[in-house]
Amino acid sequence: MATYQLNVNGERREVTVDPSTPLLWVLREDLKMTGTKYGCGVSACGACTVHVAGVATRSCMLPVSLVGERPVVTIEAIGRDPVGRAVQDAWVEKDVVQCGYCQSGQIMCAVALLKHMPKPTDANIEESMGANICRCGTYVRIREAIKSAAQRI
Amino acid sequence: MPVTTTNANDLTLSRRNFLRASATAAGGLLLALYLDSHSAAREQSQPSAPKIYPPDAFVEIRPDGKIVIQVNRLEFGQGVQTALPMILADEMDADWSQVVAELAPAADVYKDPIRGIQMVGGSGSIANSFQQYRELGAKTRAMLIAAAAERWGVTPQQCRTEQSVVHGPNSQSAKYAELVSEAARKTVPTSVRLKSPSEFRLVGKGVRRLDSRPKCDGSLKFGLDLDLPKMKVAVVAHPPVFGAKVKSFDDKEARGVEGVREVFEIPVARGGTGVAVVSDKFWPAKQGRDRLKIEWDTSGVERAHSSQLWTKYKELARTTGNVAVARGDARAIEGVAGSNRILAEYEFPYLAHTPMEPLNTTVRFDGDRAEVWVGSQFQTLDHTAVADVLGLKPETVTFHTEMAGGGFGRRATADSHVQREAAEVAKHMRAIPIKLVWTREDDVRGGYYRPMHLHRVEVRIGADGLPAAWRHVIVGQSLLAGTPFAASMKDNLDRTTVEGVSDTHYAIANFHVSAHHPEVNVPVLWWRSVGHTHTAFVMETLVDELAVRARMDPFAYRRKLLKPEARKLRAALDLLEARSAAWRRRLPKHHAVGIACHEAFGTGVACAVEVSVENKRPRIHRATVAVDCGLAVNPLTVESQFQAGVAFGLSQLMAKGAITLRDGMVEQRNFDSYVPPYMPDAPVAVDVHIVPSTEAPSGCGEPPVPVISPAVVNALTKLTGKRYRSLPLVAV
Repeated sequence: MATYQLNVNGERREVTVDPSTPLLWVLREDLKMTGTKYGCGVSACGACTVHVAGVATRSCMLPVSLVGERPVVTIEAIGRDPVGRAVQDAWVEKDVVQCGYCQSGQIMCAVALLKHMPKPTDANIEESMGANICRCGTYVRIREAIKSAAQRI
Repeated sequence: MPVTTTNANDLTLSRRNFLRASATAAGGLLLALYLDSHSAAREQSQPSAPKIYPPDAFVEIRPDGKIVIQVNRLEFGQGVQTALPMILADEMDADWSQVVAELAPAADVYKDPIRGIQMVGGSGSIANSFQQYRELGAKTRAMLIAAAAERWGVTPQQCRTEQSVVHGPNSQSAKYAELVSEAARKTVPTSVRLKSPSEFRLVGKGVRRLDSRPKCDGSLKFGLDLDLPKMKVAVVAHPPVFGAKVKSFDDKEARGVEGVREVFEIPVARGGTGVAVVSDKFWPAKQGRDRLKIEWDTSGVERAHSSQLWTKYKELARTTGNVAVARGDARAIEGVAGSNRILAEYEFPYLAHTPMEPLNTTVRFDGDRAEVWVGSQFQTLDHTAVADVLGLKPETVTFHTEMAGGGFGRRATADSHVQREAAEVAKHMRAIPIKLVWTREDDVRGGYYRPMHLHRVEVRIGADGLPAAWRHVIVGQSLLAGTPFAASMKDNLDRTTVEGVSDTHYAIANFHVSAHHPEVNVPVLWWRSVGHTHTAFVMETLVDELAVRARMDPFAYRRKLLKPEARKLRAALDLLEARSAAWRRRLPKHHAVGIACHEAFGTGVACAVEVSVENKRPRIHRATVAVDCGLAVNPLTVESQFQAGVAFGLSQLMAKGAITLRDGMVEQRNFDSYVPPYMPDAPVAVDVHIVPSTEAPSGCGEPPVPVISPAVVNALTKLTGKRYRSLPLVAV
């Protein structure tokens, strides 16, 4: 066990856990922030995506011991960001979600994309979103929502 | 069950169903539905007792105007948590902005009125509860009107309703919330006039989902997100071969993981045993499990092997199985020259459902009672199973329906094996809430797959190019045998194996369909659209091949072959042809169109796709889908189900889209080896067109799946000249 000072959604949070514990489980079980989802545990589905120092990152394979000082932003706080809010609003406007379980990760990836590329093409969208699984298959509306959000920003 | 599902505007409740209204302690109105004599007796003995809420109310009008509607189904993406409240609220003339939907717990009143158990499946939620929710809404409205009319000294006929307000003849008005205590004293009417379709204000309009925002900001809690005081997490080491048992295990290292509390053996599905690791949190539980050293006893357990199964299935397919259809002259197929004959063998592998939210169940066992939280498609069965493991009566087990992250059939197991595991652990850990989690590896390797199937089809082509005779043998494990649903099997035939062939809407005079159901030590389960996953592929690729041989347009050929009574399919096909005409005429070079149509669960679907080959994979540039599902209750959801459901259907074509077995063990582990479609694998755009209809609604959850794979493959065949009869599509 070791104690870590994390910067999560702009707040200082202290956790005492095994150093191998992935950030995902620290968020979900120690910090009780369950918006970030467990889907595969092997970085293959993207449901666990959070921003670490602004980069969309799979939290299921990132040991908490490697997070360090870098700020972590999760789905719970992404709405405070204007791009994040625009993406969430576009998701609601386009009625994207079905089961919704993957959508935290989809939204976090979409926000990271739009922050770096405000007017993405279809190819850009596929490249950035192409490693996230939506088992319901809502990809068409995800695409539409990203384009809609790009126009709002 | 006797609730009518016709379009009759007047209806009568059966004698076994009755409604009762009552006031709530907080001053609201509850409308409860009773289904059986037990409830009736209770009602008579306690005429004025306040209702316990839940489990038996459908509608609650709160003093603040909020209208809480219980949804008698699991919500796992299909949109029923929005659609059923829409139906009720429409008949009730409720203010939609005040409607709150809740997933009902397990209780008799929430059973499917047609099927008699509480469940989601077979695209039956809207089809079977449409009339039920209309009645509930209309009766609630009638009681509110009666209360207002009495207050104002007018007749109910003089009153009208709009947006949760009753208006009287002399400019009186009263909000529903103001009328509840008077309405609660009214007798629930036995019959009410339901709206005609032209009067609908919500039904038929595109209404956004009620659960959208909380699914976009991380606040919605799925079953896996549950957190209870003192809760522990359990992960189970399952046998590597289905049904194998633990011979011995060494848990020294596992117990050395900080946070691991208990390690013990439990029974698991199919007579096997496993080792449960209980910890404060998921990560140590999984670490503990990974450090277990287990010796397994696989003696007496069949070790399934995919390649051997194919050999066996091919041999079986050469003989006639349990007969599903024997129409016309069975011998008409014989002695036909090769040029007028097609002999086709198709192979379909096992498929895992892999819903995004890994399977889980939480149980707390307090000795004389228990509480369960799970996203269940079969509440009635899972409820009973937990009670059975704990030695309790179901009425002492409170069963909460949790929001689920997908399912596609995976949360509808007849043996409730996940719930039983959770109950076994909870029994051992008395008074401590246990959240049992299946890791993704458990899910991929844990069985309950769409069965593998082999089809052998012989077609005699007539002089007109149409099939003159058709002999079809399907080999695949039965989904129903050995389950409580086995009673629906006739002559040893499982109709879910042959559905989509045996009930084809194509007119084939000499038609023989049979099926073999081998027993294999691999648990199988319905996978979204069930038999149609494979039968539609066979029918629609063969019909396309026949059209090519006949040098006919694929639309025209299908229309010619369809029975006159196939109204929904014809309507869908016509609409598809019209709506896709523009882009089909302007295809880029090296792009091809493929079409398919199929009716499943009462919904007719036709689909056209534009496909090219990129990196040896099909690239789907566009799909146009036309659907006849009767009245589309929420067209926005219907569109969404089809836009996304076709992507789900493409799971079958993924290069790594198969579950295979070697020496009894599943060869895939996770999404790196069993790979579902990602965005680039799905159509870039999908436009959905709904046939206008006021007929009774049919479902839209399952029907998107069958058409897409054959449509894509029909396009690929045009590009490559190859026939694709073996899935997954390893190479194009």
